[in-house]
Amino acid sequence: MAGGFVYTAVDQTALSTAEIYGKALADIIMRDPKVVAITADLAKSTKLGDVLKVCPERVINVGIAEQDMFGVAAGMARAGMIPFLSGFSAFTSMRACDQLHTDICYQNVNAKIIATHSGTSFGQAGSTHHAITDLAITRAMPNLTVIVPADGFETANAVNAAYENFGPYYIRINRGFDRVLYENQDYGFEVGKAVEVHEGTDITVIACGSCVFQAREAAKFLKNSDGLSVRVLNMHTIKPIDVEAIQKAISDTRRIITVEDHLVTGGLGSAVAEVMAQYGKGCAFKMLGHKGFAMIGLHEDIMSDAGIDANGIISAVREMMQADFEEDDNWDDEV
Amino acid sequence: MHNLTKAEWLALEKKAYDLRKLCVQTTVWAGSGHFGGGMSVMDLLTVLYHKYLNIKVDEPKWDDRDRFILSKGHAAIAYAPVLCDKGFNDMEMLKSFNLSGSKMGMHLDSNKVVGVDASTGSLGHGPSIAAGTALAARLQNKDFLTYVVTGDGELDEGSCWEGFMTINHYQLSNCIVFIDRNHNMIDGNTEDVKKLEPLADKMTAFGFNTIVVDGNNIGELCDAIDVAIERAKTPQAPTCILMDTKKGAGIKSIEGDYTWHYGAIDDALFEKFNKELDEDYAARVARAEKEGK
Repeated sequence: MAGGFVYTAVDQTALSTAEIYGKALADIIMRDPKVVAITADLAKSTKLGDVLKVCPERVINVGIAEQDMFGVAAGMARAGMIPFLSGFSAFTSMRACDQLHTDICYQNVNAKIIATHSGTSFGQAGSTHHAITDLAITRAMPNLTVIVPADGFETANAVNAAYENFGPYYIRINRGFDRVLYENQDYGFEVGKAVEVHEGTDITVIACGSCVFQAREAAKFLKNSDGLSVRVLNMHTIKPIDVEAIQKAISDTRRIITVEDHLVTGGLGSAVAEVMAQYGKGCAFKMLGHKGFAMIGLHEDIMSDAGIDANGIISAVREMMQADFEEDDNWDDEV
Repeated sequence: MHNLTKAEWLALEKKAYDLRKLCVQTTVWAGSGHFGGGMSVMDLLTVLYHKYLNIKVDEPKWDDRDRFILSKGHAAIAYAPVLCDKGFNDMEMLKSFNLSGSKMGMHLDSNKVVGVDASTGSLGHGPSIAAGTALAARLQNKDFLTYVVTGDGELDEGSCWEGFMTINHYQLSNCIVFIDRNHNMIDGNTEDVKKLEPLADKMTAFGFNTIVVDGNNIGELCDAIDVAIERAKTPQAPTCILMDTKKGAGIKSIEGDYTWHYGAIDDALFEKFNKELDEDYAARVARAEKEGK
């Protein structure tokens, strides 16, 4: 990937995903005097420590005021700066939704939103701090690019891509540590292009964020235990969605399961379904995700409860593989 | 006695008068408009665009230009005539204001209308955008000023106060806040819908150097802006100019009438309003003659 700094595997295991964001932003802010970090009393929580160390004068804290943070960012962007806003995704998407819509997206300013504590990764904080509607909200915003990195390396890649490309970005990362998906940064990250993290021809699992690692674990397990060939796509960019990869999966594997740490309404699964519905060639399809407000607990327990961890994905794949449906190459009777 | 010379004051009055007439005409072309709140803020728009703003019509995106943010975005019916008259946009555009496919509608789009620094319309956004703009000036060692005007009913939006707190916290005296206190909103008097008073005390409590003026008196308005600009030279408590105004200012028969928040002007009203504007202008000229330097 172009530009950016190289992180070691030690960084990936020693640093939480947000800390890697902080490191990536510190690198960028040192290189470019136009870049500024804005936070709403979450400099510590969103891991701006490294940025504070290298450039405290360009860390703006607006207090507990997300709406203000977005307006301030829009003003700064219009005056020639490149603001990186960070806050909990529940609040960056919902509390400041009008400002996101009008000040950032409608004006199409060069502001980057780093939404931390996404999905149910702030598990024990409960539904007030879970972000399970943010993809539905942000996916509907014109001009906004929406990325859900799967681990620390991908977060660094996403942050660098957001910096290098003009326009508003929403990057959704988890609280704490993510399971390591990639061995290094150099796996061909490109905005809007899904990455195949496990080859397969029987069925495709399309996942984003923390669910990608779980899907790959499930694919490895199913290969060994059931002899199934499961393709896993890391759909890190939710908008614009990789239409080609989805169409290819429909044609190649005729079965698709989507997995996301988000409501099944309006997120990754919906985005894939929209592509399929307009493709005119359907296939067996199931969306895994939250069905309602999630329980309180550890992130992994919530993921298990929602059936979006490796076990849940294994069950869903087995169920779909056993389902009886037409599998010929004649699409005419299905359109 | 005010800072403005008689000649300067009279020139600004003439411009405000012409722009008010153009606003009446635009409302006719548009079919209807947020006429009352447009007229109450017209004197401010006039003095900013014809005395204070350091802007270049032939280079509208000039990096070092002063910024103006119309937080009460619905006053576009007054703002669009100002921008067209200034030369940022073709005057012909006013004839299609609000019409399907027009670049100009009830709330101006900064990506479509030249000279607009922020796309507003959803209330309560301007103060934070202005804060960010002024902060960017400070961080980039630029000395341009940011002017923002909110409505008074708009202050019901809590986000205004978030922005005010940021402007005060960072001592953004380079951000000059105006409140168009025309006392009325869609459903009636501000004090009946939701109490704002004591508003000047509120602004002072939020850290502003608050100056209360008659916002429809160009001499008084300019005196206050002169103070604010002087204070903008060093980071210190920001200035809020609380403009006591009249909804529909300049047209006696509708001044202070909340039902004129939004309305249409037919042929009979067009004639009546223009006649009243003539009378108002005569009174304003007399005031400038008397009070100008």
